[in-house]
Amino acid sequence: MTQQDIQTALTEELHRIAPDIEIDQIDPGADLRDEFDIDSMDFLNLVTALGKRFGLAMPESDYDKMRSFDDLAGYLRDKTAA
Amino acid sequence: MSEFLMPSLGADMDAGTLVEQLLAPGAPVHRGDVIGAVETQKGVIEVEAFQNGVLTEWLVDIGSKVPVGTPMAMIATDAATPPKPEQPQPELPDDAPPEMPQTPEPTPQPPQPENLPIEEPSPVPPGPEIPPTDPQQGKARLRITPAARRLAARRHVDLSALRTVPHQTITRADILGLDPVTKPPPATDMRAAIAAAMSRSKREIPHYYLSHMIDLTAADRFLAATNKDRKLQERLLPAAIVACAIARAVEKYPEFNGHYTDGAFAPSAAVSLGLAIHIRGGGLVAPALLDARGRSPETMMTQIRDLVARVRAGRFRARELSDATITLSSLGDRGVDEVYGVIYPPQVAIIGLGTPRLHPMIRDGKVVPRMAARMTLAADHRASDGHSGALFLRAIDKHLQEPETL
Repeated sequence: MTQQDIQTALTEELHRIAPDIEIDQIDPGADLRDEFDIDSMDFLNLVTALGKRFGLAMPESDYDKMRSFDDLAGYLRDKTAA
Repeated sequence: MSEFLMPSLGADMDAGTLVEQLLAPGAPVHRGDVIGAVETQKGVIEVEAFQNGVLTEWLVDIGSKVPVGTPMAMIATDAATPPKPEQPQPELPDDAPPEMPQTPEPTPQPPQPENLPIEEPSPVPPGPEIPPTDPQQGKARLRITPAARRLAARRHVDLSALRTVPHQTITRADILGLDPVTKPPPATDMRAAIAAAMSRSKREIPHYYLSHMIDLTAADRFLAATNKDRKLQERLLPAAIVACAIARAVEKYPEFNGHYTDGAFAPSAAVSLGLAIHIRGGGLVAPALLDARGRSPETMMTQIRDLVARVRAGRFRARELSDATITLSSLGDRGVDEVYGVIYPPQVAIIGLGTPRLHPMIRDGKVVPRMAARMTLAADHRASDGHSGALFLRAIDKHLQEPETL
């Protein structure tokens, strides 16, 4: 799984949930929920889609490591590298 | 034989546009089957049959806007009628014009002093699917597949601009071939619907308001423990627990659950909890979790997921808009401390839930940080008083302190 694959997957899934937000206009270090105006249901759907796509459990106790776009990309990179 | 009528999908709706006929004449119909779709100010609503039978004919063409109560289709309700397997209308060549277009004349609306006139703000282009009242509109019938219509709606394609080739059905491929329109649709229809319903509410309903701080520590711990080992698609959100607590509490306080119509309050035996859901790009809808009474948090969560997904796609069922008996407006994770709702008529109560955060609370004589949120109640004084409203909020609180019993 390359960095590029992860970025692409993340961008696609976010676009599905927040089609009105352009990925290059967000702050990748800021809270995803604010940047994409997503609620807890959207966030659960995002995590569910990514979990399915990468075959990861994405436990709730790890949600704090998925706060920003960069956090989430880093989390996916670490978990898929294992 | 019975007529299937354009349903009223809320106090603020006086007309709708038939946009899909999902069954052909001759098809068997069962109670609850989705037989068509109606475009309203709130989006595309699937309409369900109320009885078993056979759909014998459509009386309204796709694309026709008709007043509430207009017969749209005929359903033969004789239970003994077997489904007719033979081809419907074999004598009509495929591209013949439909026999006697049944499009009703643009019926003049009787003046309705009760409803705010829905004004057309001047510089706004016509919406994609609700055509302006145009005398030509009823004559040329638009032939378009349901999939193409959905795609066109998503892409905000102006269908009236497509009518170039007579007698040719517009398909999904045709829509795909068009330049995508990136301009968002004017939100004026939904805004007008909200304006009409909320103005009526504030004009007619004597609201009173209560507020109560609820400690959510127990609910939070319960959720964390429940979700710990659960697969993603089985995890619960706090909304599911709150919905269960409300459904449970309202059983004891029926004066908050039902409709106030014709000068009297009628409590509802069923609990259908409307959820105020924000729509990206502006506006909101409050479709109902139907028959919420007695549901476990798991089935409630499944229902919420399904409802939110369909709201995001702009599609819900007619009953979900007309049958809510009480509403919950929850600000979620990123809101503020409290929200006081405006009751959606003819309902008599709306519960608000602020964003949960750590609050200083006193436990065993010490000030400690606890996860808590402020819950509010706006209720109709014609149906209840503040005394029972306070008891109702406390009952919801009590259920939230014992989440494992929900």
